[in-house]
Amino acid sequence: MTNVGNMQAGVVGTAPVAARPTIQVVPLRGLPIVAAVVAFVIASIAGNWLWALTFCHVVGGGLWTAIDLFVGLIVGPILGRLSLAARAEFTARFMPKMVLLMPTLVLMTLAAGFQLALKLGNLSPASPNHGWLVASFCVVGVMAVIALGVLEPANIAVLFEMRKPNPDGAVIAKLMRRFVLTAGITGVMQVATLIIMTRVATQ
Amino acid sequence: MTGVPAVAPESALSRRFPPVAGLTIVSLGLVVIGGILMASYAPRRPPLGVPVAVTLVSAVLLLVSGYLTSRLRPFDWDRFFLVFRWALLAYVISAGMIGFAFVKDHVRGAPLAVVLVMLVIFALDVPLIIAFTVARYSSPAVHAGPLPDLSQSA
Repeated sequence: MTNVGNMQAGVVGTAPVAARPTIQVVPLRGLPIVAAVVAFVIASIAGNWLWALTFCHVVGGGLWTAIDLFVGLIVGPILGRLSLAARAEFTARFMPKMVLLMPTLVLMTLAAGFQLALKLGNLSPASPNHGWLVASFCVVGVMAVIALGVLEPANIAVLFEMRKPNPDGAVIAKLMRRFVLTAGITGVMQVATLIIMTRVATQ
Repeated sequence: MTGVPAVAPESALSRRFPPVAGLTIVSLGLVVIGGILMASYAPRRPPLGVPVAVTLVSAVLLLVSGYLTSRLRPFDWDRFFLVFRWALLAYVISAGMIGFAFVKDHVRGAPLAVVLVMLVIFALDVPLIIAFTVARYSSPAVHAGPLPDLSQSA
């Protein structure tokens, strides 16, 4: 637990940090897994394999929705009430995993989902699901802009700030507020995705 | 104790920057809207008027953002390019995968060209936002050179 104290000293910017663990912004050990997932999705699209496309869409979408809801509505509010030291230590371990995990899940879900919708004819104007799918595009579009334009840059900027010998507590607090707020918004928007996808699956 | 009052280092938050992130987010939002319009017509050929218009506006906003960023002094350019090139690699792969799906779905001609331009903008927008956000908080708070001595009259 010595890291906690060290992290706090660094965060408040009052003393040089002695033995803080090095923060890896992108966990390199996870990259082969990401490459394997991307290769599998590309092969599924190229081969037009119904099972593989369904697997990628359902598994990716389920994890994406569940993680967004959990982080936005459960972890985020808890994180906001933690002490600066606890928040910093949690962030140092949590954020690098999110840097790899979320873009991979989003890519897997959307690429496979679009291909699946085409293959099953759900995008055809004659399909009763057409309107629902366009609505889901809009929901995903808003979430993508929030996630890529606000949440991910804040996430990475926090990690870079925490790597400094004397991290600026005010910068970290501001970026973390942004992270918690946008994670909450995307979490709530995932409820709309759940409603749309269950409608599509049952029409 | 030396008798010299300690001066707290100025927070990176105290420096104001041009609205690079805001403009680039709008640019990203526009290509997302264009992409939704194109995708909602699949597998039919989409009308291209609105997608082309939003793509052009998006490209202009990206160029303005790039120009505003290039004029920033002082700015942590080393960190900016470190983050930008890795993010660019990641989002070129993402955009390439989306482009591959459109080619696989037999999108050809002008619609494919519009999609590809949108993907290029997308692959530049996201790294620019990430790299700018990281570098702005790594840059000197206010001023790179020596501060003017205000105790001396002009």
